[in-house]
Amino acid sequence: MERLRATFNRLRRSRRAVLIPFVMGGDPDLATTASLLLALQDAGADVIEVGIPFSDPLADGPTIQAASARALRRGATPSRVLEAIASVQAQLRVPIVCLSYWNPIMQFGSDGSPRSFLQAAHAHGVSGLIVPDVPVEEGRVLQDAAAQERIATIFLAAPTSPPNRLRAIARASQGFVYYVSVTGTTGARHALPDDLVRGIRQLKRMTTKPVCVGFGIATPAQAATVARIADGVIVGSALVQTIAAASSRDDAVQRASRFVKRLRSAVG
Amino acid sequence: MAALHELERAYAKARRDPAFQRELRELLTQYAGRPTPLYYAKRLSQALGGRRIYLKREDLLHTGAHKINNTLGQGLLARRMGKHRIIAETGAGQHGVATATVAALLGFECEVFMGEEDMQRQALNVVRMRLLGARVTPVTGGTKTLKDATSEAIRNWVTTVRTTHYCIGSVVGPHPYPMLVRDFQSVIGREARQQILKAEHRLPDVLLACVGGGSNAIGLFHAFRDDRRVRLIGVEAGGTSLTPGHHAATLVKGRPGVLHGAKSLLLQDRVGQVLATESISAGLDYPGVGPEHAYYQLTKRAEYVAVDDTRALRAAQQLARLEGILPALEPSHALAYLARLAPRLRRHAVVVLGLSGRGDKDVQTMAQRLMSTSNGTPARHI
Repeated sequence: MERLRATFNRLRRSRRAVLIPFVMGGDPDLATTASLLLALQDAGADVIEVGIPFSDPLADGPTIQAASARALRRGATPSRVLEAIASVQAQLRVPIVCLSYWNPIMQFGSDGSPRSFLQAAHAHGVSGLIVPDVPVEEGRVLQDAAAQERIATIFLAAPTSPPNRLRAIARASQGFVYYVSVTGTTGARHALPDDLVRGIRQLKRMTTKPVCVGFGIATPAQAATVARIADGVIVGSALVQTIAAASSRDDAVQRASRFVKRLRSAVG
Repeated sequence: MAALHELERAYAKARRDPAFQRELRELLTQYAGRPTPLYYAKRLSQALGGRRIYLKREDLLHTGAHKINNTLGQGLLARRMGKHRIIAETGAGQHGVATATVAALLGFECEVFMGEEDMQRQALNVVRMRLLGARVTPVTGGTKTLKDATSEAIRNWVTTVRTTHYCIGSVVGPHPYPMLVRDFQSVIGREARQQILKAEHRLPDVLLACVGGGSNAIGLFHAFRDDRRVRLIGVEAGGTSLTPGHHAATLVKGRPGVLHGAKSLLLQDRVGQVLATESISAGLDYPGVGPEHAYYQLTKRAEYVAVDDTRALRAAQQLARLEGILPALEPSHALAYLARLAPRLRRHAVVVLGLSGRGDKDVQTMAQRLMSTSNGTPARHI
């Protein structure tokens, strides 16, 4: 949590937008995930979001669904993804935020509470956690357990969220607030929605916490547009697609690195 | 979440609104064919040693299953909320057909998500939905069955939520769905309770119903929940065997988990990945189950058992021959368990079994199965 806060503070002082690329843990395999984390850090990522694969990723479009399925087929589990993060922890300066659906977190311990997962996440160097199928209304258990391990909980705000919900989401989120740019699932889009600027501004008026925007941001140009109004930009599916299109592990790391460099120079 | 809150508010209002209740009642009577008979199955009763077996004939409803009770209710609710598009997931196609039917009746646009594998095994229902004007969208992700059709319907809903109502087909999914669907289905038990009191002047000893997500079972059980002497038994799909991945017996074999926005029991592996399921009946082929069933199991109000494919198939044939009723493969699981249970009941025990749907949709599956077990010479055996 501290590392996440420090990152945002530093970038806020330098008036730069935070760039947050997303990779699916274990896609194409766990060793590549570890290499990707270091390569993306070198390419200019400020925070890296790592997905824990799940059999039923409800909030995800076809690209991340496929990545999740590939990772599971290759034997990725929540603990193995955490181990992959820990394996490069010594060289990582950027904070890692994990994204996981609720069920794998619940099943991590033997008592159905998220505590074991959060302890392990903390021990393996994770700074924050996004759980897309835990709405803020049901977030208490998660927040309490995360607070004990000093892991930031980040909730999702949608364009359809009414003002009182947006406020609750902003209040409950730590590190940053995740604004979902589209009504829908993750996935690259040709164009950003027309009401995006209004939505981000509305949320920013309600909170002093950084607002990062994700879902559907695919190109450096789109990332640049969003970076002008938001505090950070999250790019997932487009990067996952780049990795999936690679011919080898090395190629995947190189392509991902090139893509994040382009995003970096666009975001500023 | 905003949409769930909207639905919860709209339903709370509709529930108390006499005009809503009247319109629903009229549609259930005039359009769907309620009340359904509680039929005393004399020859089946004789075959089971004199226990008195009653069948709650939801198979006689318009569209051929209990699903229409719920889709009519949700359809009226969607209209009140000003939605003009309705989407649904479907496994066996019965809920899809019931949703497409109500969409046609109320003038909604309709899209039904169905696993690619289910579209093949329930091809007839795909045609029915299309004839009713619905778009049927194949789901190719994951297991290509009900679980993934539900995921895809939810994904579509979050994308189109401003104009669209998601008409979920069972007592699963996020609140308020399990409650809402239960309420719309509980007409089954309310009728059955009156009917059995009239026929036998007493309450039944046992209620039996099949459980996939669990809507017809909750619908039957709910009116009897405070009649502590009435045994409630839910019968799940045992598939080909009770080993992981080969059945859909969530209450028998599952552990607590979260899927599709509900905490209930779940068929999952050690690390929380949801397992594939297998069942001869597409309608029971779901790794989760309604949270209220999990609660009934936990509080020991109801018992849950599993029956395998072969026994269900045999029970379907038995009912067809004894009573001239071809049941769907889903309630055939309950019929199969009845055959096992009956000898253990006292001689004049009264049993009410929820016959949730008719078997027309399953004729192709039955033909394939029976042909393959009798060397391609079905005539004598079927």
